[in-house]
Parts: sequence; structure tokens; C-alpha cells
Amino acid sequence: MLAKTKNKVLSGKRLSKEDAIKLFETDDIFTLGKLASYAARKKNGNKAYFIKNIHINPTNICVNRCKFCAFSRSKGEEGAYEMTIDEIIHKLRAMSYELQPPYSEVHIVGGLHPDWPFEYYLEMISRIKKYFPKICIKAFTATEIDYFSRISGKGIVEILTELKRHGLDTMPGGGAEIFDIGVRNQLCPEKLSGEGWLAVMKAAHKAGIKTNATMLYGHVENYGQRVDHLLRLRELQDKTKGFQAFIPLAYHPKNNEIGGTYSSGIDDLKTIAVSRLVLDNFSHIKAYWIMLGEKLSQVALLFGADDIDGTIIDEKVTHSAGALSSKGLTAGELINMIKKAGKVPVERDSFYRKLKVKSQKRDVNE
Amino acid sequence: MNKHKRITKKEGLALLKNSDLLGLGEWADGIRKGLHPEKTVTFIVDRNINYTNICINKCTFCAFWRDKEDRDAYVLNKDELYKKIQETIALGGTQILMQGGLHPDFDIEYYIDLLRSIKSRFAINVHGFSPPEICYIADKSDLTIKETLNILKAAGLDSIPGGGAEILSDRVREILSPKKIKSSSWLKVMENAHMLGMRTTATMMFGSVEKPEDIIEHLEAIRNLQDRTGGFTAFIPWTFQPGNTELGSKGQRVKGSKEGTVPDLRTERSEVVEPGLSPHAATAIEYLRVLALSRLYLDNIENIQASWVTQGLKIAGVALRFGANDFGSTMIEENVVAAAGVSYRVSMEDIIRTIKNTGFKAAQRDTYYNILKEF
Ligand code: SF4
Ligand code: SF4
Repeated sequence: MLAKTKNKVLSGKRLSKEDAIKLFETDDIFTLGKLASYAARKKNGNKAYFIKNIHINPTNICVNRCKFCAFSRSKGEEGAYEMTIDEIIHKLRAMSYELQPPYSEVHIVGGLHPDWPFEYYLEMISRIKKYFPKICIKAFTATEIDYFSRISGKGIVEILTELKRHGLDTMPGGGAEIFDIGVRNQLCPEKLSGEGWLAVMKAAHKAGIKTNATMLYGHVENYGQRVDHLLRLRELQDKTKGFQAFIPLAYHPKNNEIGGTYSSGIDDLKTIAVSRLVLDNFSHIKAYWIMLGEKLSQVALLFGADDIDGTIIDEKVTHSAGALSSKGLTAGELINMIKKAGKVPVERDSFYRKLKVKSQKRDVNE
Repeated sequence: MNKHKRITKKEGLALLKNSDLLGLGEWADGIRKGLHPEKTVTFIVDRNINYTNICINKCTFCAFWRDKEDRDAYVLNKDELYKKIQETIALGGTQILMQGGLHPDFDIEYYIDLLRSIKSRFAINVHGFSPPEICYIADKSDLTIKETLNILKAAGLDSIPGGGAEILSDRVREILSPKKIKSSSWLKVMENAHMLGMRTTATMMFGSVEKPEDIIEHLEAIRNLQDRTGGFTAFIPWTFQPGNTELGSKGQRVKGSKEGTVPDLRTERSEVVEPGLSPHAATAIEYLRVLALSRLYLDNIENIQASWVTQGLKIAGVALRFGANDFGSTMIEENVVAAAGVSYRVSMEDIIRTIKNTGFKAAQRDTYYNILKEF
């Protein structure tokens, strides 16, 4: 059944929408996994990347209140919080004492705060950069960038340029959800549209800012809408080459308005594999273990993923929605997971540059 | 390797040590399809009742045991026991899994009374007393294993769980559970039970101190016995859970800690492991590999169970494509694993949904794998 698609993959031909839907529908997860592994190996050899990073969520107060979001609160609501820049610096400092050797990236995303001016974010970035010049700052989703533009009256390009000038290094890929307008209306009617998201990313890439891309799946969308999402990303990537990694995010059903169920492990693996095969112009596919659970992320390394993200400390967004993964994995645990999958662990920086290949005897049971 | 012939020990070892997991999974999935073409995945609604946590064995990997003097040591009284069974039946349960520690004061009279009082009140299958308990009862009462089993069967014991097998290699058992029965005794209990017409399961706990050779030795022993008796209904591989145990965190066993307050010892763990013991739990990939190999190796055992308790629902779902055809028990109560800090609170609905989302029909079964209800 997959013979035609298989031939296309092996001869390096681009997959069509129909091919991709067929791959999602197949019961033959083994052939799918092997093809995706083949594609992954062509891009990254036997390597699997991880990074030591820290998540900062400066506030959970958000004017949007997307229906699937368990993290956000309204101002004044119980559990709402906001961090001052001093608190952020303090936390990063405390973390760099705790973590030996230290982290190389800080990942900052948060709610759309009703009162904070754009200048607050600029100051946040420049002060972090000043205190920690060697740490890469990966901050703000396209949704936030669009919001900054609206509250400040500045254009997207200007916002991005100013953030970059103040020290922003890369951008995460959040807020993409599913581009399809019907799905978006059900999921997050107030959020930046799919076209808007792609436009921000295009501008970021033009401004020389590398970004990631995501897809939130397993809620109300169908395979066709997933594939449409992937194809739109592939199209933009053809033009800009600015995406580093694609990260499929499994939907979490707890504590939100949409409800529903967790995606199955098989669906997670299929989604990773199809993404690897369709996004032939993306260098990396990330199995984000916070979303998938550490066990499934490891298996995803055999289904086309080449990155399992990092030792994330204090992740709030997904855990508010009932993530069953642990809140932080040590580098030793990540290295062990990767090695047991038969891959070579590579600690990377924000730009996928190799920091050092770990082979500490103590960490592995040979 | 001829895929239609029985796998030899040597071939099994090669598959375990270095094979491509997807290839192995595909092979096991094909075998599973052949054995269970109806595309149904079963589970049993049952409750784990631990009649006491007082145990003289003190196995290094066990987080459950207490000394008689410990403040949270207990022996379940009859009223609590009956209440638990009533609740089980009310929830549609058909079986209780009765296991407990090796209590210094109990002899066979205690167990006879326990079984009789249950059986005289409830129509429920008692799946109880793993081989270490059977051997202990025999020992305490100066009976042979066969006599003990006969007496317990007459008192109402229906089937025997495969626990206490860990790895059937005495080298490993010496480290894991030096006071526990040897491999040969475990096998002897099962053989005798099968001869008396009792069905049993077999388990294997891996990911601690064993070598690949030990896993093969275990599978071989189970397959050989099954050739002789045909008494095993299912094989259940599961992984050692480092956590609140001596083996996982040497010298840091925290007594009296309750579920939910179990300290996370992960960080210390890597510093204080036993020689040869991995500081890490077996990973999902190792689990799936052993599971797939079990499906292939044990060509004479009909059912292979996925262990959602140790792997979580997602991997247990994936396991259904790597050789497993059964989801085990809904585990209305799981004290032993919960005490080690891995407690996946999972309801029957979650299990049914996972089975269906993975592309199978879900069905409740009884102890003997007869389908009771389809969902
Ligand atoms: S997903 Fe983002 S934009 Fe939507 S409510 Fe949550 S924090 Fe706000
Ligand atoms: S595993 Fe069983 S025999 Fe060993 S200490 Fe625990 S309760 Fe006792």
C-alpha cells in the first residue's frame, strides 16, 4: 500500500498531500517508522540532539484565553502571577548555581499581559543578555510578537528588529496550533490567524531570526488539516530557510474548555514520522518530551525525530494541562535515553552547534 | 533466521542484544495477529488485595515490605477485606489478586481460613499467593508444595499469579532477593499447580542487575515448563522501578512514607547504586524490545500482557503493536507499585480508550481469557 510513497522517499522525491494523508491513515507503522528513520538519517546521521535549557514563563495573565489553554488566567483571578525582571534575573542566577555545567538557552514565553508595555519586554531581554551574555535567548511566539505590535502601534518588522537589537537570539515555534480557520475558530478564535502566524515568521526569518515551528494535534482536527498545516510550513521554508526545527505538540485534555482525550502513542509516533517525511526542507524534528512523555519521546527517535529538547526546569504551560511527564530530566537521563535508542547523543546550542559529545561512563550501563 | 521455527537461545540472545527494534516489533506484531486475528485487546477488572505488608524476606527491590514493629505495618482485617471484595464486584470485577508479605506468624491455617471465608461469601475468582508465598506456607507448616497447593485449592484458591519470578537466574536472585526462593522452587510451584489443573501466569521483572543472558535463561525456563504443562495463561514482562527501594537508592529506604509523599530519590540515585546496577530504569525502547522478544520466544503461551502500570498508557498502547494482546488488570488498587512512586491512576475508561485509539476492540475478560463484555 505504501509502495509508491516508499519509492518516492527512497528516490528523494517530495511527498504530495495525498501521500501524506495515506501515511497518516496507514496501519503499517513499521514501514512508516523505517522510512522516517531513513529520512532522518539522511539529514542527521545517527545523531540525536538535546540542549540544557530553562523555561521562564513571565506571566500567565493573558487577554486571549484560548479554549485549549490551561495555563492562562485573567488578571486578578486566583492563581494569576507576574514576574518582575528582577525576579527573572534572580531565578536564572539561582539556576546557574544549581546546574553544573550550566544551561545554554533560556526559553521565554508567556501570556499576553493587558498592561505590560512593549518596553517591558525589551528591558527584560536586554537585562538578561547583560547578566548572561553567553546564554541564548529564545523568546516570544508569533502570537506575542503580533500582540506587541498591536499594543505599541509599531509594525511587526520594527518589533522584531528592536527585540533582536536588545538581545533576542531565536524564536520558539508556538502559537501555530492548526492553521485551518475552521479548527482555529473552535480552538482559539481570539488568537492570531494562521496567515498572521506565517507572516510573523516570514518577517522574523527576513530579519535574520531563526525560529521553530509547531503543530498542536489530537484535539478536533482531522488528518487533512494536519497535512495542510505541514504543507504550508514547507512552502514558507522553501522561501525563507528560517525554520530550524519542527515540533509536533500532542494536545493535553486536562483543565481546559475543549476536554477530550490524550492522543494515543501510535498517533504521536505517526505524527512524528509523517512530519519527518513531509518536511523535507526542515533539518530537525523534535520529540518534545514534556508533551509526549519521556518514554514516548525516546521511541520517537526511531520514528524520525532527531532532537528531544532539553533538561527543562520549571515548565508551567503543559503541566497546567495535565502533562504526565516529569518536570525536569537530568542530562544523564537524556543521554541514557538516547544511547539506549542506539543513537549518538549530541549536546547542542540554540543553533544546533555541537557543544560536546557526552560519553560519561558513569551514566550508562554498558 | 527461519521465522517459522522456534527461536533458539542463541538466536534469542542475538535479537535481544542487537536487532533493529522496528523489525523485531513488526515480526512480533505479525505473530500476535496470527494468534489473535480478531483484533481484540482484553483486560480484566480486578483488585489487588495485599492482606499484609509484614514480610521477613525484605527483597532489595521491594518498597512494600515492613517490619512487624513499623508504625505502618498492617494485617488486613476481615471487614476491610469483605468491603474491598464487595466494592470490586460492584465495579464489575471478577477476580481478586491476593498477595502479601511473608508474615512471621502465619501458617497454613491462616490462609485456609482466609480463602474459605471469602469463598463462602462471594462468587469471585481468587488469583492468589505467588510462589514465594506458597513455598513459605509449605515451609511453615511442614508440607510439600503439592500438599500445600492441594489444601489451598480445596479451600478455594483458583489460580496463581506469576509474581516473585523476577529473573529466573539464581545469580540475579542472589543480588535482588537473596532470601527469596530459588528459580527451581518457583518453577516447581508452577509445575505442581499446573498438574493440579490450576492455571497461572508468569512474570519477569527486568532492568535491574540482569544481563541479556539472564533474560534468555528466564524465557527458556518458562517455555520449557509450558511445553510440559501448558498451564500458563499469559506472560507479563515488566520493568524494575527504581524509587523508594534499597536497590534503587542504597541505604535510603524511607520507611513509613505514604503514597504521594515518597521523596524523589532520582538525583541521589546515580551516586549510590549497587555495583553493576544501572542508575536508570529500563527505558521504553528496552521494554518494547523485551516485550517483542517475549512474544516471539514464547510460542507456546497464548497471551502477552502490556504493563501500563510501569510504562504508562501511551507506551502500553504502543506495546499492542509490539506483541502484546492484553492490558492486564484495571488494578482497582495497587499498593506495591504505588509505594515505589510510580502510580499511574488509570481508570477502566482510560484503558478502553487507549485500546480503541490504538485501533483495537476492547473487551473485558475473566481469569481464563473468556470474553465477558465488549466495549
Ligand atoms: S495559549 Fe497563549 S495566547 Fe492562548 S490563552 Fe494561553 S497563554 Fe494566552
Ligand atoms: S517482594 Fe514480596 S517477598 Fe520480597 S520483600 Fe516484598 S513482599 Fe516480601
